[in-house]
Amino acid sequence: MTLRLVTGGLQTTVQDLGRMGQQRRGIPVGGAMDRIALRIGNELVGNDEHSAGLEASLIGPSVVFERATVVAITGADMGATIDDVPIPVWYPVWAPAGAMLRFGRPRIGCRAYLAVAGGIDVPVVFGSRSTYLRAHFGGYEGRSLQAGDSLQTGRQSALSERIGHAIGSVNSRPTVARWSIGVSLRPAYSAEPTVRVISGAHTSLLTAPSRSKLTGSAFRVSSSSDRMGYRLEGEELTLRNSVELMSEGVAFGTVQLPPGGGPIVLMADRQTTGGYPRIGEVARVDLPLIAQLKPADRLRFRFISLDEAQRLYLDREYELAQARAAISLRHPQGTS
Amino acid sequence: MHFNPLGDHAITISIGDSIDEATHRLVRAVSASLDARPPCGLIDQVPAFASVVVHYDPAKVPGKATTSPYDRMVALIEHTLSETRAEILGPARLVEIPVCYGGAFGPDLDDVAQQHRLEPSEVVRIHSSGEYLVYMVGFMPGFAYLGGLPGRIATPRRSAPRTAVPAGTVGIGGQQTGVYPIESPGGWNLIGRTPLRIFEISRDEPTLLVTGDRVRFRPITLTEYQSWPSGS
Repeated sequence: MTLRLVTGGLQTTVQDLGRMGQQRRGIPVGGAMDRIALRIGNELVGNDEHSAGLEASLIGPSVVFERATVVAITGADMGATIDDVPIPVWYPVWAPAGAMLRFGRPRIGCRAYLAVAGGIDVPVVFGSRSTYLRAHFGGYEGRSLQAGDSLQTGRQSALSERIGHAIGSVNSRPTVARWSIGVSLRPAYSAEPTVRVISGAHTSLLTAPSRSKLTGSAFRVSSSSDRMGYRLEGEELTLRNSVELMSEGVAFGTVQLPPGGGPIVLMADRQTTGGYPRIGEVARVDLPLIAQLKPADRLRFRFISLDEAQRLYLDREYELAQARAAISLRHPQGTS
Repeated sequence: MHFNPLGDHAITISIGDSIDEATHRLVRAVSASLDARPPCGLIDQVPAFASVVVHYDPAKVPGKATTSPYDRMVALIEHTLSETRAEILGPARLVEIPVCYGGAFGPDLDDVAQQHRLEPSEVVRIHSSGEYLVYMVGFMPGFAYLGGLPGRIATPRRSAPRTAVPAGTVGIGGQQTGVYPIESPGGWNLIGRTPLRIFEISRDEPTLLVTGDRVRFRPITLTEYQSWPSGS
């Protein structure tokens, strides 16, 4: 199946869950900023969770589906419509051949994901279809999508076909399924979220006043934030004494404190290593809350233990596995 | 050697607290062991100057749920590393990098020479006579941190970084020297350029340099640079 881009949107890229095993070459992991949104989108259309989808930021693209297909929009609610039928986020949708997806204004959050049955099929570069804009590789020619681009989808699974048939459109109008995934799996996006963090290697080096400011005040998202990192502005944070650090590995959600600057939260396209003090590590389950923030949004930090962060993650993975099983059960073999 | 959490999906294995060859060899031995016997749940590992970061999926770490995934992963890594042997390491490769020094490729060569009261040709001779060690690759695709710059030509970073340094440019930044693998902003003193592709995604091994390589720079003329076979 072919997807034709009528407009490209502000920054629409092909993303999957990223490149693994390449960080020792300095190649970033990359992938979807809001990983749970892409993973759920893939589940809703019957894809493997590693399938590639489109990540649209702030201004979504207009896309024509040349054949009938099952799609899902997840992540930010950016007022999507297919042939003028409003499409809710987190639902599978049957789109007829020639249908056009458009986006409106983001209501909350700034990144919407489009999952399509079969996944977006672009060449795999070092184990991933993700676009890495800085070095111009992966995804569609290593760049954001533009008007006139055509994308192919991969072969759809038997489950995708059954999901499509079950939605059962009779009048070739876009049709939204009557089921979704549990509300508790959907991140609680907000323009001023409280984000849970774990202590970092250098949290204990913060002065006492800085330590209370880190959790007691709100930080503003700077306009120079991007897929690599979110720069935060707010009360100045200082260390008790300056430290000279050797560069070493960093993670998705590492909160760095460069000298004389505000904290930076490292995101999907983060560099593989860093040499700035690390004053916190965002809990995995709360990364989507940051990934959906726009410049001028605000966030607060709250410390939790490593044990709690891992429990929250395991609980969410368990719930996602349950949702996956439920989607299969709802569409048993022989029903298409 | 000690272990610390790096968030809820990674562990930092600290191996030393200085940049030296003995620490570097230990880092490589730990990294090689993790490659040879990857603990269940490991997603990726990142060797650096004096540490190795292990990225893992807490939901994929085997063992009883009475202990945290972090504790179980540390135990698995310790088990793997108890079998670490230095002889896993193969002999170091020696990579020669041809460099056309000065001119338009090395706009800061004269500056560097002046700061050290040397002739530009002396800076080139000193830079190209040493042997360097790739301590780690990181920060950006294919960027090798080289140790071994002679102190006589160590030069502080420029006060105003350039917004775009072309791929292949050779620079000096403080005690370090290196080659920009892709076009990027940079604050180093630029002294020359290599015709080699330091990072090329279409190659089987996209990075010219890997951790543990030995590196030499060889001066070439502008004519040699221009006639260098492309794709190498």
